[in-house]
Amino acid sequence: MNGLVAAPVVLPLLSAAVLLALRGNRAAQRLVATTAAALSVLVALWLLVQVSERGILALHFGGWPAPFGITFVADHLSAIMVVITAVMALAAAVYALRDIDPDREARGYHALAQVLLVGINGAFLTGDVFNLYVWIEVLLIASFVLLTLGGTRAQLEGGIKYVSVNLLSSLLLLAAIGLLYGLTGTLNMADLARTLPEKDPGLVTTIAVLFMVAFGIKAAVFPLFFWLPASYHTPPIAISAFFAGMLTKVGVYALMRSFTLLFVADVGFTHTILLWVGAFTMVSGVLTAAAQSDVRKILSFHIISQIGYMIMGLALYTPLALAGAVFYLIHNIIAKANLFLIAGIARRLTGSFDLNRSGGLFKAAPFLAALFLVSALGLAGIPPLSGFWAKLLVVLAALEAGNWVMATVALGVGLLTLFSMTKIWHYAYWSPLPEGGRLSARPSSLLYAPVVALAALTLLLGLWSGPLIALGDAAAAELLDPSRYVGAVLGSEAGQAFAAEAALAGGGER
Amino acid sequence: MEVPFAFLVGVLFAAGLYLMMQRNLLRFVFGLVLFSGAVNVLIFTAGRLTRGRPPIVPEGLAAPPGEVANALPQAVVLTAIVIGFGLIVFALVLMLRVYERLGAVETQELGPALQRGAAEEDA
Amino acid sequence: MNSLILRTTTQLLIAILLLFSVFLMLRGHDLPGGGFIGGLVAAAAVALYVIAFGAGAAEELVRVQPRGLLAVGLLVAVVAGLAGVLGGEPFLSGLWLTRDVPGGAELKLSTVLLFDVGVYLVVVGSVLTMLFALEGR
Repeated sequence: MNGLVAAPVVLPLLSAAVLLALRGNRAAQRLVATTAAALSVLVALWLLVQVSERGILALHFGGWPAPFGITFVADHLSAIMVVITAVMALAAAVYALRDIDPDREARGYHALAQVLLVGINGAFLTGDVFNLYVWIEVLLIASFVLLTLGGTRAQLEGGIKYVSVNLLSSLLLLAAIGLLYGLTGTLNMADLARTLPEKDPGLVTTIAVLFMVAFGIKAAVFPLFFWLPASYHTPPIAISAFFAGMLTKVGVYALMRSFTLLFVADVGFTHTILLWVGAFTMVSGVLTAAAQSDVRKILSFHIISQIGYMIMGLALYTPLALAGAVFYLIHNIIAKANLFLIAGIARRLTGSFDLNRSGGLFKAAPFLAALFLVSALGLAGIPPLSGFWAKLLVVLAALEAGNWVMATVALGVGLLTLFSMTKIWHYAYWSPLPEGGRLSARPSSLLYAPVVALAALTLLLGLWSGPLIALGDAAAAELLDPSRYVGAVLGSEAGQAFAAEAALAGGGER
Repeated sequence: MEVPFAFLVGVLFAAGLYLMMQRNLLRFVFGLVLFSGAVNVLIFTAGRLTRGRPPIVPEGLAAPPGEVANALPQAVVLTAIVIGFGLIVFALVLMLRVYERLGAVETQELGPALQRGAAEEDA
Repeated sequence: MNSLILRTTTQLLIAILLLFSVFLMLRGHDLPGGGFIGGLVAAAAVALYVIAFGAGAAEELVRVQPRGLLAVGLLVAVVAGLAGVLGGEPFLSGLWLTRDVPGGAELKLSTVLLFDVGVYLVVVGSVLTMLFALEGR
């Protein structure tokens, strides 16, 4: 039943409405928010199972067939992203029970978190470029309010940068969509994939670059990332962690979708730009991180550097590279968000996010130190943790493509990441607490629950990487063969015709 | 018909960008308003312009007779206006709060104002 | 703003505007109009009231909290969308119920209308939330 495809959006929408109506009843809100998050995980897993069994699913809203109505499409990439979103939302929801203060709860934190989920899932599932814009705006407005919720000075100052740059990127995206519509007369992605090869390649590439800039700002790639480290460290950790894990990945997903399905006419040009963007993103992120002393800022710059790897996987545009990029996405979301959550617990113990003012955690909280090590070494790519496989796949893909420069950059950045993580380890955990510091009591075990679960996931995905690599392979195969996507949305005849034409065009080039 | 509109879009984009590059936050928001107006006119023009033929199906017919204006860009622009309206209102409220809490509307004053605030809280 | 002319006309206009907004919403499915534009007209009516009498008086006039309207509207719209799913149709499919009423007219009830009611409430709720956030200080 294809109606399932809309469930990851409808469920949080419904719970957002219920949570809004329950304003003022804190206990009920917390109960509904956690239940809804847990239900979302189940629904998302079910969707993933359905997609692996039955192939790409398409749902036409209100029964209007594509390309006239709005279509939701769930392929492997979308379904995987929906699952990881739900998992992170559940982790954040449980952590938030102890992390978000009653004032922020009264101002609607729980409802906003659900609205954010609506936007993210909508963006992952939609098969229509304008609809993609709408979902991105939904998640953006929810993230605006969440980022500035509570209204401390630092939040407001960071919020200005976040809001202004993201509004600009949305407008660029909208302009790109307008031009795309003017060129092709359609907004449905499958229909666009079919129509774009017939259009003037110069115009298509121009629009493609506009899309690249718009999504690039959302994904925080070089040189468009300055808004991220200026704002991500300001809200409470439950919000920061979810943002750090998910929001930039919506941009990465959008880049992956548009530069495999829509803009593949001039791969030599667009994907080479992406390749260099990826390299510069990795290097600039990791180098700037080394100069920071606030844990949250170090981690924020690492978000950027890690995104470079995913962009690199996309830019290499081979089955192995794309599978590696998908694996990298999942691994990175889990490890990165967990590092933020751990930093939040550490802050409760030492009273500061500043490395110069914290220390002694290894002695005081050895369990937390172990959890930190798992996530940090996972991020740096030490075997047998998940990051090792993610890096291995991407580096292998670079070598396979004969691109020694990129492989070297990827490995070098991995080393520098390890350096940053060692720095946090050294100051916050290993060295003694500086003069005048005092460790507080052990934080609630409810804060530990999501951290332990995510660290276990990092370990599991490293030890049993097979299933996720298989999923990544399946996603990559779909991304590299758009005729399956077109077939699922516009009917199998259209898909076959598309495949035949693509084969013809490919033959003509040779 | 489309060509003068293309120039109009260019002028609006330029004016919006010029305002956005100012240091005053309020001017930035005004720039944003112009910029989003430019994008809306752009979408509208990209859908080709037809005058005086609304895409409305008359009573008793299944489709509008003859050539009518393209309804899709209108729907898209309407949605974009609504979203833009919401976002710009949020931006305005945010600037207002920033002015209240930090006492600054020039971008280069924000950082020092933040540090002053932190110092006061520490003291 | 303290203007006798504005106050007097506002008291006359607000009823007409609210009535007009409901009229727009009800005719929306077949003719120009709809929940969205109806909601905007209703919100504009309240905005006029805010200009004439101040935000405090307007909040008393509206009685319910705008965010409550937002929540109810969202619920109504989602439920209207889900009604189609129960009938085995895709999400947001319209279901229609036509009844003849005395006087030879036809009464059409549909989930589309319900959806429009939801949209109307969401628009009124969100615009008023913004309005009071900007004005109420």
